[in-house]
Amino acid sequence: MSALSRHSELNALFGFAERSMHSVRRYWVWEVVWLFYSMVSVLSIGFLASGLGTLGAANESFDLHRAQLYLLIGSLLWGFLSLVFMEAAFAIAWERWEGTIEYTFMAPIRRVTHLMGICLFAIGYGLVRTFVVLLVAIAMFKLDFSRADIGAAVAVLAASTVPLVGLAIFTSVLPMVSPQKGEQMSYAVQGFLLLVSGVYYPLSVLPMPLQVAGYASPLTYALDGMRQSLLNGATLVDDLPSIGILLGMGALMIPAGVWVFGWAEKRAKRLGLLKRSG
Amino acid sequence: MSIPAIEIQGVRKAFRRRERESGAPWWKTAPKEKVALHELFLTVEAGGVTGILGPNGSGKSTLIRILATLLTPDAGAAKVFGLDVVADAAQVRRHVNRVSVEASFFKELSPWENMLYASRLYGGGSSGTREQVSEILERLGLPLDTLDQPMKQLSRGQQQKVAIARSFLTAPSLLLMDEPTTGLDPRSKKEVQSMLEMLRAERDVTVLLCTHDLDEAAALCDRVLMMDNGRVLADGTAAELCEAHGGATLEDVFMRLTGKAFAEEEEMAEVAT
Repeated sequence: MSALSRHSELNALFGFAERSMHSVRRYWVWEVVWLFYSMVSVLSIGFLASGLGTLGAANESFDLHRAQLYLLIGSLLWGFLSLVFMEAAFAIAWERWEGTIEYTFMAPIRRVTHLMGICLFAIGYGLVRTFVVLLVAIAMFKLDFSRADIGAAVAVLAASTVPLVGLAIFTSVLPMVSPQKGEQMSYAVQGFLLLVSGVYYPLSVLPMPLQVAGYASPLTYALDGMRQSLLNGATLVDDLPSIGILLGMGALMIPAGVWVFGWAEKRAKRLGLLKRSG
Repeated sequence: MSIPAIEIQGVRKAFRRRERESGAPWWKTAPKEKVALHELFLTVEAGGVTGILGPNGSGKSTLIRILATLLTPDAGAAKVFGLDVVADAAQVRRHVNRVSVEASFFKELSPWENMLYASRLYGGGSSGTREQVSEILERLGLPLDTLDQPMKQLSRGQQQKVAIARSFLTAPSLLLMDEPTTGLDPRSKKEVQSMLEMLRAERDVTVLLCTHDLDEAAALCDRVLMMDNGRVLADGTAAELCEAHGGATLEDVFMRLTGKAFAEEEEMAEVAT
């Protein structure tokens, strides 16, 4: 790729993020509502752990604080993941709804730039929103991270964004395949990941087939690595296996996602699915 | 010899969908095929305005979408400045832009935000773009205080002007205009048509203008193709078509070629869609 076309692609990459930032600014009231919703979801999981204590779960072997942190990590990471999923699927569905998708697809840019632009904004936006919710959760539950290795947890989180981009690209394919129901389909994918990835419980409690599915989910390794670092103080070296798996999954999932999106785009162009009326 | 702006060799496009026969059970559907273009052959030399005249459902928009790399033909080949729209799609996109019947924008964003987005996709940046956008919109007669208002607050005519300005911003060699004046009030329609005349006079661009406005085609186009049911029925200047088919107007020509009045055909196509 020449320097000129590299500059054009980077410019377009920024253009997608900039467009989404303009949209966030225009819809700021709704963003406040969504932030409130995220906060409420995470806080209710925190109080669930508190509730377990009052329901008699607190005994010598039950560490309430640890259970609370365990569930909150799951809830926060799940909130982040579902937000990225929603943003990626919504970006394509939104373009279809507005009719601008034909203009985006006519632009002389690589599809991978388009998809990366959508995903990078979604990840950046998700991180900011999750961080705000985390601060509220820390204040509300007086979370103790004195034993945690924050640096290692951040490294796991950074590594988890790589397969997350791949998953988000797969999700963004759905509104291309089914203009009417594709966006809703992404909720089904999210729901399945929530079930099998050990968000609120260890994988060991699941039946074997679901455990196998859980081992194929990158979220499982992201949660495991972060919990190890935040609950048990696992260091970066301890987290290297999880980080390696996450990066390996990302290296497979991103090209696979781009390929599948390319297939869906060709299909849409063959069947005439790009126009707004579907 | 110069490379034609558009070269179409035997392009065919059909859309298939499953439909239920009248009275059949809800679960019993059969595949149906609607042919949008029947083996089309067409060459358009660079420069000037070529009009494609036809009622709804005649295949105009399908042709535009194929040239814009948004639809793939089932058979045949379409080339833009010698580049195949399927094999060389990325290069074709550098030459082409399109103004569609619906001014497709992010409606909550302002004209400026939409234009900046378009500019970035075509390698531009924010530096100097606002001045460029203001200049284009001023020439199109759009008040500059609308530049930062959400698109949804603009009238249909104003939105269409922003759509035209967006296509100018990317400096295309081939501008595909798919019914740009449909649904506009007479004043906005006149302004868009004046802009097209200005474009023809000032810019080195080939325009393919799809319209179902017979007067617009007669006034603006150097060459007119008359289409119906996915086929080209006639090709020439408006005067040549009238002379060849013995009609006083393009409406008469259409009636002689199809046996139907243009307006009647429009209504039938609308019922069918």
